[in-house]
Amino acid sequence: MEKPFHRKDLLGIRDLTAEEITGILDTAESFREISSREIKKVPALRGKTVINLFFEASTRTRTSFELAAKRLSADAVNISVSTSSVSKGETLIDTALTLDAMSPDCIVVRHSSAGVPHQLARISRAAIVNAGDGTNEHPTQALLDAMTIREHKQRIAGLQVAILGDILHSRVARSNIHLLTKMGATVRVAGPKTLVPEDFEYLVEEGLTVAPTVEDAIEGTDVVMILRIQKERQDSAFFPTLSEYAIHYGLTQDRLALAKEDAIVLHPGPMNRGIEIASEVADSARSQILDQVKYGVAVRMAVLYLATGGKAPE
Amino acid sequence: MKLLIKNGHLIDPAANENTGMNVLVEDGKVVAWLRLSEDGPEDAEVFDASGLLVAPGFIDLHVHLREPGQEHKETIASGCSAAVAGGWTSICPMPNTKPINDNAAITRYMIEQAEHSGLANVFPIGAITKSSDGVELAEMAEMKSAGAVAVSDDGRPVPSAGMMRRAMQYARDHNLPVIDHCEDKSLSAGGVMHEGRVSLLLGLKGMPALAEDIDAVRDLLLARETGAHIHIAHVSTRGTIEAIRQAKKEGVNVTCEVAPHHFTLTDKAVEGYDTNTKMAPPLRSQDHLEAILEAIADGTIDAIATDHAPHHADEKALEYDRAPFGITGLETGVGLAFNELVHKGIIGLERLVELCSANPAKIFGLAGRGTLAPGSVADITVLDPELKWTYDLAVTRSKSRNSPFGGWEFVGAPVATFVAGKHVYSRSK
Repeated sequence: MEKPFHRKDLLGIRDLTAEEITGILDTAESFREISSREIKKVPALRGKTVINLFFEASTRTRTSFELAAKRLSADAVNISVSTSSVSKGETLIDTALTLDAMSPDCIVVRHSSAGVPHQLARISRAAIVNAGDGTNEHPTQALLDAMTIREHKQRIAGLQVAILGDILHSRVARSNIHLLTKMGATVRVAGPKTLVPEDFEYLVEEGLTVAPTVEDAIEGTDVVMILRIQKERQDSAFFPTLSEYAIHYGLTQDRLALAKEDAIVLHPGPMNRGIEIASEVADSARSQILDQVKYGVAVRMAVLYLATGGKAPE
Repeated sequence: MKLLIKNGHLIDPAANENTGMNVLVEDGKVVAWLRLSEDGPEDAEVFDASGLLVAPGFIDLHVHLREPGQEHKETIASGCSAAVAGGWTSICPMPNTKPINDNAAITRYMIEQAEHSGLANVFPIGAITKSSDGVELAEMAEMKSAGAVAVSDDGRPVPSAGMMRRAMQYARDHNLPVIDHCEDKSLSAGGVMHEGRVSLLLGLKGMPALAEDIDAVRDLLLARETGAHIHIAHVSTRGTIEAIRQAKKEGVNVTCEVAPHHFTLTDKAVEGYDTNTKMAPPLRSQDHLEAILEAIADGTIDAIATDHAPHHADEKALEYDRAPFGITGLETGVGLAFNELVHKGIIGLERLVELCSANPAKIFGLAGRGTLAPGSVADITVLDPELKWTYDLAVTRSKSRNSPFGGWEFVGAPVATFVAGKHVYSRSK
């Protein structure tokens, strides 16, 4: 059987077809139950080496990738590069070539600069998996969001999804918009115009609109996805204060009431409670935030498995 | 010493000539034009230009030579060597050396280094303000006495309109063009490519076209008021072009140049995050490129200048947003002009020579250059408009290889270069 994933690397959702996305999600489904076993390990990637190369601090994503690798019996090594490669006098290319010389099968990379996974993929023999590059993409986050949505809504096509918050600087939003529109959902984004410029609609050919207000975006949706407000943005004067943001743009119970009755709420975490999301919403039955974390491991198992040459289920 | 450039087709728009002609050179000057049937003096060395175009030496108004201070990127000698191989007999280096060329000593040093290398002429551009900090005027008049031909703070454009007004008033006093890299940094800060659909798709921070337009409009207003000659560097946006076109109609003393990469590539080239597509101003979208082509065709653009900006490979081998701005261009500028402008029917050969030689000489007031009329300096660029060649970065004469054009195929090239009658370059067959 054909594997769903004909590429060496997973650099972003933008390059993928709907079939490839479905293939990854189906593979993830088949890995789901491993994490609920007593012995959470299968030999699928025994003898393979995965390097988690994180140039940017991360607890969730790095842990999720590490567990995913280990549950598939791969040897996983974590490298955190806290200072920039520039300050050490080593170029990005040097770092990549050095690691590549140790013959890993897969390098999972996170970096604060957009495009780093693409640059590494050109020179590395190992499969490169993008774990978040600057404000560009975070493909595994979009995949785990899709898996969560599929679980609760049994489909993605035809759904209405609202994404709220700092769209401009969000790699999560970009990957999600690409994925959801490729899979036939329609997406509305909203937030202050400084963070949600109107021409953001040009990101994809169709299926995306910039809603005039947060309320317009939420009205009648199946899924409400909230993005984390990065507090440092406040210094850049994108909006005046966090409290003003919470009042005018945050997801409160009242605003959520505009969505469909069975609408679910997603957040990529970590949450700023009381700012972009009210605690009552975060802790409500609508919130599927912990499911997202759970499916994150399954999705990353699938991605590592496919990227190192595994085949999708028939 | 006598030299006869024989059997070539002379294109000299400044002298209104476009015909087969032999050019006789003696002691570094053009002394006469002879009919093709005339052989000239017997003791003249002969360069056979059969089937080739003979043009006044090309003048690049905008290069970066990195000396003094960053000789690992480029020296004046290596830059001059790349220049003559690219058909440029004169080049004008920007003052962003280390230290900044903001005084006569550095200006003199640059000219001396160029004379020492004996290849291209170097006409330095001095800083507008000391250290290009935008605070105090640099000694423009002293730099001019030392050989500077214009002033600019280059990539650190004078932020204050008040300071720029004063600079224009003072520069006008000394008959120095003020070169303007138009960029309002409050709009472009942190940006690494053109702001538009592609920057959205790539997740890279954009530099809006507006950042260029606003600064251009501000400085055109200042030029109109002060009467200074303002030369707008590397025009890259439709808005700037429209503002210049309008200002020219109103009689403002404005000239402008375009860089070859801006009439060749769009922001789509940034896909793949190759840092050799990163420069300021950035590669713009198709609409801006079309505006540039129109402006080249209708005469709004006065000159082609390469903005040759060498950086060492180690400096470019970085994350896209951390890599320095700039690409090399001396060796590919003329090839790109043939490919994108001449062979696509945007301009004719005469206009090409006007953009690369006649106009640049006028803009910076380089007396005796930009023409091969008898009495002028024998700076000569010989071109083969049909020569097919491939740009091989492995054999570049520049010390840097940061070009997106490695491996590109060209039709049309400079094949020989003469500076003050001295044969300084021949393309190997």
